Amino acid sequence: MKVVVFCKSVPDTETRVKLKDNRLDKSEIKYILNPYDEFAVEEAVRMKEAGKVDEVVAISMGPERAREALRSALAIGADRGILIKDDVLDGSDTYVTAKVLVKALEKDGAEYGMLLFGQQAIDGDTWHVPGQVAEMLGLPQAGSIIKLEVDPDAGKAVANRLVEGGEEVHEMSLPCVVTCRKGLNEPRYPSLPNIMKAKRKPIQDYSIADLDLSPEEVGKAGSFTEVLSYSLPPKKEAGRKVEGEPEEVVQALVKFLKEEIKVI
Amino acid sequence: MSVWVIADQRNGALRKPAFEALSEGRRLADQLGTNMEAVLLGHNVEGLCNEIASYGADKVYLIDHELLASYNPPAYARAIGDLIKEKRPQIVLMGGTMTGRDLMPRVAARVGAGLAPDCIKLEIVDGKLKATRPAIAGKVRVEIGYKSDIQIAILRPNVFEKLEPNTSRSAEVEKVSLEPSDLDTKQKLVEFVSKETGRPELTEAETIVSGGRGMKAPENFAIIEELADLLGAAVGASRAAVDAGWRPQSDQVGQTGKTVSPNLYIAVGISGAIQHLAGMSSSKFIVAINKDPDAPIFNVADFGVVGDLFKVVPLLTEEIKKIEAQEG
Ligand SMILES: Cc1cc2nc3c(=O)[nH]c(=O)nc-3n(C[C@H](O)[C@H](O)[C@H](O)COP(=O)(O)OP(=O)(O)OC[C@H]3O[C@@H](n4cnc5c(N)ncnc54)[C@H](O)[C@@H]3O)c2cc1C
Repeated sequence: MKVVVFCKSVPDTETRVKLKDNRLDKSEIKYILNPYDEFAVEEAVRMKEAGKVDEVVAISMGPERAREALRSALAIGADRGILIKDDVLDGSDTYVTAKVLVKALEKDGAEYGMLLFGQQAIDGDTWHVPGQVAEMLGLPQAGSIIKLEVDPDAGKAVANRLVEGGEEVHEMSLPCVVTCRKGLNEPRYPSLPNIMKAKRKPIQDYSIADLDLSPEEVGKAGSFTEVLSYSLPPKKEAGRKVEGEPEEVVQALVKFLKEEIKVI
Repeated sequence: MSVWVIADQRNGALRKPAFEALSEGRRLADQLGTNMEAVLLGHNVEGLCNEIASYGADKVYLIDHELLASYNPPAYARAIGDLIKEKRPQIVLMGGTMTGRDLMPRVAARVGAGLAPDCIKLEIVDGKLKATRPAIAGKVRVEIGYKSDIQIAILRPNVFEKLEPNTSRSAEVEKVSLEPSDLDTKQKLVEFVSKETGRPELTEAETIVSGGRGMKAPENFAIIEELADLLGAAVGASRAAVDAGWRPQSDQVGQTGKTVSPNLYIAVGISGAIQHLAGMSSSKFIVAINKDPDAPIFNVADFGVVGDLFKVVPLLTEEIKKIEAQEG
């Protein structure tokens, strides 16, 4: 069984956001493999190590720097990568992204048993693409999972979704879509030899022409939503800070809670 | 032309984000001078229609089927998506529960419509919806416009104001049938493992008391829980506390945990790393208790207490108890 992991190149979590001409100023941003995708790659690689999966394919859509995100996935243990890169993809919304990923899956040959995603990419934070892909392909889906058991012979997977007040246990037939989050596993730090090995693993490049898509179907032109503007969130005014004997500071805090914000 | 709200219910009870979405749907419908209509899915849930009407729905589409008794993404998406395609509402809203965040992308893909997630503000501009949402862990705000006729939005819980219900309102109920399809049998929710604590859900709580590495040991969370219970609050944790095994994963607040927007967030023994702030900086009021006067959490706190949490927290609990005893 082949499984596919989707990987996105995103700004590092430490990133401070700056705006320039109503756009994100990307000049000083450092990019990493989306942390949620690491859980997905780790899970896929573990399935391979357990002998349940023959091949782990990592797919990314993005600019040239997404190649680095794919290399990170290959260093964790994915076997090969696919990079969908085309200038006209800039400005694509999640619907277009899902459409392009589906095309890439078709192009690669549709014999996969599972599609693994991160629950969200930490830049857009939409959580959209996995569900959109699942619907386009007519596949079952379990989002935000913290446990996964796969039985390729029976063609089944059981996944626990972390939801309000507990866990939903979903049984699905294969192929299926899952989205991964913290709590599912502990992603490994790739060893130096594996990082070196990853450099020699193949990455296939696709343009949208390779995927039989036209420029009108992708990017801003093909999208249902568009970004009208970016702004920085309102700055919080610096609050008060009290120091002193516990009795005194607690009195001040109680006063704040009772008289100013009225929660007690 | 109307505004629709998917009324999220679980085990026969409407969920708090559903009331917020209904209330916002009513406001938008009034602005557009149109009807607000709700969609209710489940099995044996007809009894909820009156409650939905009391939040301003003019009509309820009721899709009641045993296939929909518990969350089934393909079946739910098909039921809602096909109804949207048939009736073509202008706007469709749903609260951002774990069902809403999971389901609406499927629905939007089925319909072929634009979707904005995690919205904190919705406006009508020239007859079209404009959605505002945080992105990049709350570090930037993005305004989203739609090019599709049908405009779908998911609302961040705890942000939109809930209307006072008006029980004298009633709504027309239209029953919609669901033809089973092959897709529905590909997935089944076989069990719900309850982890109920009796405390509110983090994403829906008015108040949250969170503990971090400064708590030093799992048993010390007893003082956090006592304070939380006194305030009717949820208990949260930093990643450090979760990774140490002191608290369950479901308690984690932050970039790789939950995003919360309570009225009051009390951070106890939490330094305020950027990844933690990502999950809680949109709280209305923030109180920090930390012994390090230079801890970054103080940069976002409305009220900071520099001190030893093991002294401050029990004393605070005691003082609040005294006040409540006086006020009876
Ligand atoms: C990709 C990525 C994702 C992450 N996601 C998250 C996330 O979702 N959520 C999250 O929280 N973190 C996240 N982190 C981790 C984050 O960077 C911090 O390491 C973490 O938030 C620290 O937790 P803490 O504040 O509890 O611990 P510390 O930073 O160790 O702070 C403990 C604080 O307790 C105070 N303290 C100690 N003893 C006392 C006492 N007796 N009285 C009063 N104060 C005391 C100290 O002064 C200190 O400020 C993430 C990191 C990365 C790289």
